[in-house]
Amino acid sequence: MEIVINGKTEHVPVVDLAALVKWKGLRPEVVVVEHNEKIVRRKDWAETRLAVADHVEILSFVGGG
Amino acid sequence: MHSDALVLSGRAFRSRLLTGTGKYPSREMIPRVIDASRSEIMTVALRRVDFSSGGDNILDAIPRHVTLLPNTSGARTAAEAVRLARIAREAGCGDFVKIEVVVDDVFLMPDNHETLRATEILAKDGFVVLPYVSPDPVVARQLEDAGAAAVMPLGSPIGSNRGLRTRELLRIIIENARLPVIVDAGIGKPSHAAEAMEMGAAAVLVNTAIASAADPVGMARAFALAVDAGRLAFRCGCGAERERAVASSPLTGFLRDM
Repeated sequence: MEIVINGKTEHVPVVDLAALVKWKGLRPEVVVVEHNEKIVRRKDWAETRLAVADHVEILSFVGGG
Repeated sequence: MHSDALVLSGRAFRSRLLTGTGKYPSREMIPRVIDASRSEIMTVALRRVDFSSGGDNILDAIPRHVTLLPNTSGARTAAEAVRLARIAREAGCGDFVKIEVVVDDVFLMPDNHETLRATEILAKDGFVVLPYVSPDPVVARQLEDAGAAAVMPLGSPIGSNRGLRTRELLRIIIENARLPVIVDAGIGKPSHAAEAMEMGAAAVLVNTAIASAADPVGMARAFALAVDAGRLAFRCGCGAERERAVASSPLTGFLRDM
């Protein structure tokens, strides 16, 4: 289905947030996920189903001042 | 606890040197900088993952005893700053947040008005708020009333290394302050940090000057020494400036025909 990830529309072959993070090849411990402007805790990723046109933000901590 | 601790929202810190994690040539320097500087608080930023590089995590490089101070850099409004702060807290970063709201891409001047609004919201939400602002003494007082844990006025633009160009306003803010004043941004040399401490600042935050030095670990130590020296000088009472000379040696008993 098509969803928006970090501002870009993408076609994804997965149905939940946990699968999405895995599909993107990311370490779950290092990212933070927002689903439709709501922060979703890692333990709830597998239960958070994706729907068409959902907005997902995947963030991580980087160096900064 | 140490008798001259820096206290932020009831939490005591020995070090008055806060450090940043941006601009390092390599992340492995970060634990060595912490070791050399004895800094106990480090800023980090939050960004969208770059999928081509697999997701960075600066937190791996920061020793566990260090208190994380996520900043809201990237936020252009209070609402965006609040959102970033909540994301950082949800990620397990703790309750501290540096509010940084900037719309000026040239001088990176913070938006004091939006920063004040974000402070009000986040302080009520239980965050330990450290707002980064332009040195406006009126806004500094308003931030205190809004529940900030400290006020962080800039010395000069981020990364400019220009030192305490805003010193006259910093002086006023420090004199009026009921909370710690942490000079943040523009500190380019250890002597700038010492000057801020001599003036009565509670602490300084330094990123560029350490990270961009030829020897960041050595520079981190230099800054630690400067902050200690400046703080000690402040506590010991610097002499007043005068217009004219006042001799240091006696003016009588000279070995010559008078």
